[in-house]
Amino acid sequence: MAIASPAQSTPQPKRYSLEGGIPPKVSKALFLALAVFAIVLPFLMDPISSFLSDIIIALAFVIMALGLNVVVGFAGLLDLGYVAFFAIGAYAVGWFASGFFVDANVHIAVSGFVLNLPGIHANFLIVLVVSMVLCMIGGVLIGLPTLRLRGDYIAIVTLAFGEIIRVFAVNGDQISLPFGDAKLTAGRQGITPVDQVQLPFLDQFTQLNLRPWYWLVLALVFITLFVVIRLRDSRLGRAWIAIREDEVAAASMGVPLVKTKLAAYAVGAAIGGVSGAFQASYLNTVNADQFAFSFSIFVLAMIILGGLGSVWGVVFGALLLSFINSYLIPDVLRTVPEKVGLDFELTDLGFGIFGFLLLIVMVLRPEGLLPEKRRQIELTEGVGTGESTFEVNK
Amino acid sequence: MPLLEVDDIKTYYGNIQALKSISLTVEEGEIVTLIGSNGAGKSTTLRSISGLTPPRSGSIKFMGEEIAGTPAQEIVAKGIAQSPEGRKCFQRMTVRENLDLGAYLRSDKAEMASDMDRIFDLFPRLKEREKQKAGTMSGGEQQMLAIGRALMAKPKLLLLDEPSMGIAPILVDRIYETITEINKQGMTILLVEQNANYGLGVSDRAYVLETGSVALADDSASLRENPDVQKAYLGT
Repeated sequence: MAIASPAQSTPQPKRYSLEGGIPPKVSKALFLALAVFAIVLPFLMDPISSFLSDIIIALAFVIMALGLNVVVGFAGLLDLGYVAFFAIGAYAVGWFASGFFVDANVHIAVSGFVLNLPGIHANFLIVLVVSMVLCMIGGVLIGLPTLRLRGDYIAIVTLAFGEIIRVFAVNGDQISLPFGDAKLTAGRQGITPVDQVQLPFLDQFTQLNLRPWYWLVLALVFITLFVVIRLRDSRLGRAWIAIREDEVAAASMGVPLVKTKLAAYAVGAAIGGVSGAFQASYLNTVNADQFAFSFSIFVLAMIILGGLGSVWGVVFGALLLSFINSYLIPDVLRTVPEKVGLDFELTDLGFGIFGFLLLIVMVLRPEGLLPEKRRQIELTEGVGTGESTFEVNK
Repeated sequence: MPLLEVDDIKTYYGNIQALKSISLTVEEGEIVTLIGSNGAGKSTTLRSISGLTPPRSGSIKFMGEEIAGTPAQEIVAKGIAQSPEGRKCFQRMTVRENLDLGAYLRSDKAEMASDMDRIFDLFPRLKEREKQKAGTMSGGEQQMLAIGRALMAKPKLLLLDEPSMGIAPILVDRIYETITEINKQGMTILLVEQNANYGLGVSDRAYVLETGSVALADDSASLRENPDVQKAYLGT
């Protein structure tokens, strides 16, 4: 990944500053305090508690949301098929870290009993890189047909892309690969189990001790945050924002539209792949039913709720929605319908509840909970994008 | 050799032909104006040169080098910068951020800083509003910003598209004074202007465009005396 140094003469680099005018020193201290708290957090709870599991899932969603935010928030390309990269990342694990290809007998940088198992078993870090590469290719493939499109039309094409990947995942058990009996996917049956992650310095990754999983996903979150913030403040990041603000003006400034947009798709996809690979390992399955359209909407809702384009807003939005989905609704509020004499499962109403929440936020705080500075200003000072919204060809 | 030589370009929007045949030249150091009514192809000519809407046929030579069909960003790198129609400032960015983006392709930091100072000298109003969002400024100020932003690319040829559009007359005068000033400092300018009074007043030569073709080409002073031009464009 090319991280160009910010070539601006502005003497106020905005790194690590929280949006919303908190002084950089305070926000840095705040960030450090939060980071330390996050690192020691699992010692405060039972290593197999379901709450710790909810946190792990929430952090995996933070990575997803940060990736989608690059495409939608930074570059302004509405992507409704982001689940595709969850799928591709997950299948990287299914293909290269499980016994799925029974005829193969490949073991790369793994130890312990998996050495005796057939299939391809690569170390998680290798699979992670593979998933990123596959997703980048996928991201560029979906990017290419949308290059000449704008706004809603991009959304439709990406939506279709997500569905295509899902249909391939569902029907992949009918698609033979040219070696042995190998199929493309295991369809709705799912590829189960997949290899447990093996990493140095961490305890064994098992379902009985969630702490290593937690630290792994936390490390991935930190790395993603670092990459995303550095990118945002880089030359490429400025080009993304320029394209989002006004494509014609950006092109007139010499911003290469094709390269810049494809870079956004590729980076967003790679980050989605990281999260997909992690979730597949953690959930110990790669199942076609996981890759529903609603997943894309769920991640999109996180970044809209938190504040499109705002890194910290997106983190917050992802944590919030994920906790509501996996903790608040199924655990805390589950008995509410029963108590008021109604007979239904609250989890069935999940999307209704998210929709309601989004509506409230859109009415009360349309720029999101922790908005990006630019949008905040737009909505409070009445700065519109004006004429630039429309393309007038004379 | 002219700095810019456009020869018989034909440009389309989809299937609609906007330019039937445009040929023109710009010599180094000149201000050349394109005048004409709505839909005559003035802006399309600029968009063809800057690569935003490449011509389907014909040739555009810049410093002797063929640039028709070259991607917009490479044309900027070769030294043609544009202040697009309708200004198109980045509304939610500050004046300084807009100017920084104008220098997107450059990496000579020290020179960029001195160029920015020069632009603030040309447009003191921009200096005052350095940290203000472009979208909160008046149309005239945004036009100044659009011109300044194009200058930040350090072009050899500056394309200005309708700098008087939708701007208070007093500010139009200021902007045209500055255009003259920029030209005096050595910048070659190709200007599109619907307001022929301003366009002919500031330029050395001018082309009158009608429905995608060049109808007349002459010195600006002679065109101002031309009865047809007076009747059609100068409103006298």
